[in-house]
Amino acid sequence: MNNKQNGSHRHADVLVTDPDLPPVAVDPQQAEAEDRRWTPAKIALWLGIALLGGVSWAVLAIVRGETVNAIWFVFAAVCTYLIAYRFYSKFIERNLLKPDDRRATPAEYKADGKDHAATDRRVLFGHHFAAIAGAGPLVGPVLAAQMGYLPGTLWIIIGVIFAGAVQDYLVMFFSMRRGGRSLGQMAREELGVIGGTAALIATLAIMIIIVAILALVVVNALGESPWGVFSVSMTIPIALFMGVYLRYLRPGRVTEVSVIGFVLLLLAIIGGGWISETAWGVELFTLDRITIAWGIIIYGFIAAVLPVWLLLAPRDYLSTFMKIGTIIMLAVAIIVTRPEISVPAVTEYATTGQGPVVAGTLFPFLFVTIACGALSGFHALIASGTTPKMIEKERQTRFIGYGGMLMESFVAIMALVAALSIDRGIYFAMNSSAAATGGTIEGAVAFVNGLGLTGVSLTPEALSTMASNVGEESIVSRTGGAPTLAVGIAQIMQGVFGGANMMAFWYHFAIMFEALFILTAVDAGTRVARFMLQDSIGNFVPRFRDTSWRTGAWICTAIMVAGWGAILIMGVTDPLGGINTLFPLFGIANQLLAAIALAVCMAICAKRGFFRFLWIPAVPLAFAAVVTITASFLKIFSPVPAIGYWAQHAAFRDALAAGDESFGTAKTVAAMEAVVRNTFIQGTLSIVFVVLSIIVIATAILATIRSYRAGGGTDSEDPPVASRVFAPAGLIATPAEKELEARWAALEPGGRPARTGH
Amino acid sequence: MTMPQVLTRARDTAREVAWLFKGIMGENAYQAYLDHHERTHAGGLPMTEREFWRDKMDRQDANPEGRCC
Repeated sequence: MNNKQNGSHRHADVLVTDPDLPPVAVDPQQAEAEDRRWTPAKIALWLGIALLGGVSWAVLAIVRGETVNAIWFVFAAVCTYLIAYRFYSKFIERNLLKPDDRRATPAEYKADGKDHAATDRRVLFGHHFAAIAGAGPLVGPVLAAQMGYLPGTLWIIIGVIFAGAVQDYLVMFFSMRRGGRSLGQMAREELGVIGGTAALIATLAIMIIIVAILALVVVNALGESPWGVFSVSMTIPIALFMGVYLRYLRPGRVTEVSVIGFVLLLLAIIGGGWISETAWGVELFTLDRITIAWGIIIYGFIAAVLPVWLLLAPRDYLSTFMKIGTIIMLAVAIIVTRPEISVPAVTEYATTGQGPVVAGTLFPFLFVTIACGALSGFHALIASGTTPKMIEKERQTRFIGYGGMLMESFVAIMALVAALSIDRGIYFAMNSSAAATGGTIEGAVAFVNGLGLTGVSLTPEALSTMASNVGEESIVSRTGGAPTLAVGIAQIMQGVFGGANMMAFWYHFAIMFEALFILTAVDAGTRVARFMLQDSIGNFVPRFRDTSWRTGAWICTAIMVAGWGAILIMGVTDPLGGINTLFPLFGIANQLLAAIALAVCMAICAKRGFFRFLWIPAVPLAFAAVVTITASFLKIFSPVPAIGYWAQHAAFRDALAAGDESFGTAKTVAAMEAVVRNTFIQGTLSIVFVVLSIIVIATAILATIRSYRAGGGTDSEDPPVASRVFAPAGLIATPAEKELEARWAALEPGGRPARTGH
Repeated sequence: MTMPQVLTRARDTAREVAWLFKGIMGENAYQAYLDHHERTHAGGLPMTEREFWRDKMDRQDANPEGRCC
C-alpha cells in the first residue's frame, strides 16, 4: 500500500499539530499496542462473553424444549453485538475507513455554535439513536414472528452486524468527510447525473411509501378504539402547549417541558380509560378507519406547514423523552420477568409461504418484513446530515454510527421477544386480516384453529378476556403489528408494575408511544420530502428553491401529502386487508434505499482505492440487492395471487370481465374494482422502485469498475484541516486517551481552544 | 468506602446522568453556543437565551431534520 492511501500518512504536510498544544490524537502505534496487548483479565472477559453468547445461541438454535426463556435472546444478542463491535467494526475502521483524529471534523472547522457544534460523543450517541429509532424496528419483527423465533432473531443480529450497522457507519463517516453532505448530494457526486437523479427520485418515492405505511399502522391501531383515539389525539394539544411554553414562558427548558408533557400524556392515557367507559365518550371517539386516515392526512398537512416551534419541535422532544424512557423500561422489564416463549423455532410458514400475516416464503420475504432493526435505508438519510455536523473527532463515528445501529437492533430483539411472549392463537387472531377472520370472535377462532398449528387451540373466551383486559371492544384482526406489540408489552409490564389491573393502561401506553413515534416520523418525513421536492422543482422553476416562499411550500407539501395520503386511503379501504399486502412494499422500499446507500459507499471506497476491502460494503449491497430485487420480481411476476400484485390484478379483472359479483374476499363489484385499482398501483410502485434502484446500483458498479481500472479516483472529500481539540473515541476512554485528556485538562483555560460539553 | 464518600460518588453519578439526559434532549444547546461565542470572541454580544431559541427554531424551519421510521 502506498503512502497516499495509508490513513496515518495522508496529508502529513497539512495536518501539522500546534506545538503549543498537547497531541490532538492518540499516537496510532500506542493505540495499536494497547489494542494488541491481551492481558489475562481481558482474555478472560472476552472468553466469558463468547462463551455466554455461544451457550445462548445453542439454547436458541439447537436445544428443543417445550419453551425457551426470553433471557437467552437478550444474552445472545448482547454478547454477539459486543463481539461484533469490538472486532468487526474495528476491522472496518482499521482497513477501510482509516479515520484520522489529527483531522478536524466539520463541527470543528465549520464551528458556528449552532448547526455545526462539536458535541460530546455520549450525548451525540443518544441524539443519533433517538433520530434513527422509531416504530419500524417495533413493527417488523412482530409480523415476522409467524415464521418462528429463529429466522427473525438470526436476521436481526447477523443483518445488523454485516449490513445495517456497516451502512450507518460508512454513510456517517463519508458524509462527515464531506462537511455533512446528504446522501442525495453524495450520490450525484459519485454516480453522475443519471445515477444521482435516479437516487433522488427513488428517495422521494420511498419516503412517500414509508410515511403512508407507517400512518396505516397508526390507523389500524386506533380504528374502533375510543381510548386510543382520545389519548393519541390529546398529544396534539399537549404538543401545542409545550410549544407555547418553550416559546414564550421558559425558552430552552427542554427537559422541564418534556416532563410536564409526559405527565400530561399519562393523564391523557388515564383519561382515555374513563372516557371509553362513558356512553358519550364511546360515541364521540369511536371512529372508523377511513375517518382516522383523513384525520391523519389533514394533520400531516397542517403539521408540515406550521412553524416548527409550535408543533413539530415539542412533539419531537416528547417523542425522544418517551423513546429513551420506554426502551430502558422495557429492557429492565424483560430482564426482570424473563417470559417463557412457546413459539417453535421455525414454523411451516417459512417454507410454504402461506402465512396469514404476510404472504411469502422466508427467502426473500423475511428480509423485507424485518427491515429496520437489521438494515434500514432510511438511516442513511439521518446519518448524512445532522449527526455528521456534530461529531467531535473522526474516530467517534464507530461508536456513534456502528454502535447506534446495534442499539436499534437490540430494540428490534426486544420487540420480537414481546411479540413472541403472547399466546400464539391470539397472535394469529390479531394479525390475520379481517378478510380472513371476518372481524368477529367466532370467525377468528374458526380461522385460527383451522390453520392446523400444533399446540394452538384458541377459545372465544381467550379473545374476549384479552380484549377486556386491554380495554378494547375487540382484538380480532388488529393488524399492523402495533396492537400485538402493545399486548406483548402490556403482558410483560404488568408482571413488574401493577398486575392484571394495569394491563389496559400499559396497552394504551404502548399504543400511545408507537403512535407518537409514527406521527413524529410522518410530520418530519412530510417536511423533509417537501424540501427535497422544492429543491428538485427548483432545477426547473428557480422560485421553488426559496423555501420561505409560502405558495411554493404549500404546493409541495400538498403534493407530498396527496402522495402518501392516497396510498394510506388505498390501504385502509383495501378489501384484501391493507397492511398485509402493503407491508412488503414498505420493507422493499426501505431495503432498496439501503442498497442505494451501500452502492454509493462502495463507489466512494473504490475511489479511495481500497479494493482489497471493497467486500465490506459490497457483500451487504449484493445481499440487499438480491433480496429486494427478488422480492420485487416476485411481487411483479409471481403467478400466485397472494404474492404477485399483477397476478391478483389479473384474477380480479378476469372475474369482473366474466360478470362475477364477488370474488375471494371481495364481496361486491365495487370491492373487486377496488382490488383491481389497488393492485395496479402497488404493482406500478414495485416496478418504479426496482427500476430506479437497478439504475442506481448499475451506475455505482460502473463507477467502481472505472475506479478499479484507474487504480482509484479523485476523492470528493473536503480539504483536510488540522484539528486543535482532543476527545476519546469510544464510550469508555482508554488509558492512553485518559492520559491525553489529563494533559488537555491541565492547559491554561486561555491557551486551550475551549470545547463545548461539560 | 465511608458513607460521605459513597454519597459524594452517588451525587456525582446522578449529576452525570442528568447532564447526559439533558444533552440528549438538546437542552444545553444555548450553553454550547455561549461557549463557542466566548471562545471565538466573535464581534458583538451573544444572543440572549430567548433570541437563541427563537433563532434555533427558525433555522429548523428552514432545515428540517428527518426522523426515522
